[in-house]
Amino acid sequence: MSKLKSSDMELDFDRPNIEDYLSTDSIQEPSGKLRLRDLLDISPTLTEAGGAIVDASILSLSGDSFTRCFKSNPPEPWNWNVYLFPLWCLGVVVRYGILFPVRVLILTLGWMIFLSCYIPVHLLLKGHDKLRKKLERGLVELLCSFFVASWTGVVKYHGPRPSARPKQVFVANHTSMIDFIILEQMTAFAVIMQKHPGWVGLVQSTILESVGCIWFNRSEAKDREVVARKLREHVEGPDNNPLLIFPEGTCVNNHYTVMFKKGVFELGSTICPIAIKYNKIFVDAFWNSKKQSFTTHLLQLMTSWAVVCDVWYLEPQNMKPGETPIEFAERVREIISARAGIKKVPWDGYLKYSRPSPIHRERKQQAFAESVLRRLEDK
Amino acid sequence: MGTASSTLTQYDIEDVQEHCNNLFSQQEIVSLYKRFCQLDRSAKGFISADEFLSVPEFAMNPLSQRLLKMVDGLNFKDFVIFLSAFNPKASTPQKIELIFKVYDSDYNGKVSFQDIMEVLRDLSGSFMSDKQIEEVLIKVLEEAGYSKDSSLLLGDFVKILDHPGLKMEVEVPVD
Repeated sequence: MSKLKSSDMELDFDRPNIEDYLSTDSIQEPSGKLRLRDLLDISPTLTEAGGAIVDASILSLSGDSFTRCFKSNPPEPWNWNVYLFPLWCLGVVVRYGILFPVRVLILTLGWMIFLSCYIPVHLLLKGHDKLRKKLERGLVELLCSFFVASWTGVVKYHGPRPSARPKQVFVANHTSMIDFIILEQMTAFAVIMQKHPGWVGLVQSTILESVGCIWFNRSEAKDREVVARKLREHVEGPDNNPLLIFPEGTCVNNHYTVMFKKGVFELGSTICPIAIKYNKIFVDAFWNSKKQSFTTHLLQLMTSWAVVCDVWYLEPQNMKPGETPIEFAERVREIISARAGIKKVPWDGYLKYSRPSPIHRERKQQAFAESVLRRLEDK
Repeated sequence: MGTASSTLTQYDIEDVQEHCNNLFSQQEIVSLYKRFCQLDRSAKGFISADEFLSVPEFAMNPLSQRLLKMVDGLNFKDFVIFLSAFNPKASTPQKIELIFKVYDSDYNGKVSFQDIMEVLRDLSGSFMSDKQIEEVLIKVLEEAGYSKDSSLLLGDFVKILDHPGLKMEVEVPVD
């Protein structure tokens, strides 16, 4: 496990006061004269530690710990009796033997059509940028449709899509990289993504470049300033594709939303929220990037019955006067979570990748110190 | 059940239950086992310090380092025994014993002035100077009839801390 680098500490000035979320009700505010018993009684702190170890629900107002956001809950096995098991076996045969090959065919066909059109367009129309971009956009949308078809994606789009206006940024909750594909088949967005290795990286650097993509590297702290600048430049460019951002910064299991990073909410643009909710009956679309590669994830989707989800385009929001970017981000998160019917939790998605900063511990220590010193004054 | 097996037999459950004096129900023990396996990612049969620290809520606890010394490397049975102090049915003396053990880091059965200072340092961080901590501690010790040189035994802790308001309860989530 990598040690907490000092650069990771810069991550926390993003987030609002976590103590606002963490329940202090469980620790009664002590008062009255300070006695030996009060000083020695570490039971509240120990209780918190114990709760953390067993993953109890006492830890936050929302009642859900950090690890729950990234747990894939496998559905109850339903094939356990003599009638259902053969049915399930039949299902497996159909899924792996019939559906999967057909889908692989569809996907291959899609790639072939895409590449045979994209490469010529990209090379031959070098001079005619506007036309070239238009065609490339259409081709990327087409390729995404093929992808969606390859998982038998049944996507219901709700709500009027906001018309393309300048200084507009789209934000959505994030469950898997397929979120991007599902949205991209409707509108060719530009995205900001973590650079991935392997074939995904190759696709990122070639095809996605054409719709406009901004790369970042989670582990680089200095990267943030560079990325913020690129964001601003992109949003202000009139010919650029509308930007799609997943402000959670990581994939979450579609039961919760973790805190939104404030970066995009500081740009002064109109924010168009999009809510995505997958129907777990058909497949669990959560991509646990720590547990499986994207390829494995796609294969899993291609051997399931279908990917069923709802996409809601929600009303564009602007920062209200007197609202801070963090409050704005949280307000948009509330809109998205409410629409998708998922819970909000006060955790920073980046805790998946690094240790919590000392600030949280320091806040507890400060509260303790102040309480002791205050009670010392009480006679 | 020395090494982690992915299945917990009924025999194991009953064995663990006996060792924690039936404080946990069988369902809770199964739940705790699931949690144990979730934390023990490399299936070694014990949870390492690093794996405990991967729980953000634990890592940000001011007493995490002291607790790590007590829980690092515990096998499942001892893990449950450790957690049994947090059970609502555990007796107050049992809870106080856990508190005592957190203070008594060298396990010599005595808690010295220094031991208490160290815990207070962990709890207050940079927000209280050593001098302030010492002053406060001497004051309350003397008011309670102890001096700076006193060593507190478990019995003293029980006398000082045993009162109905002492609550140290964690509910094991059962699916």
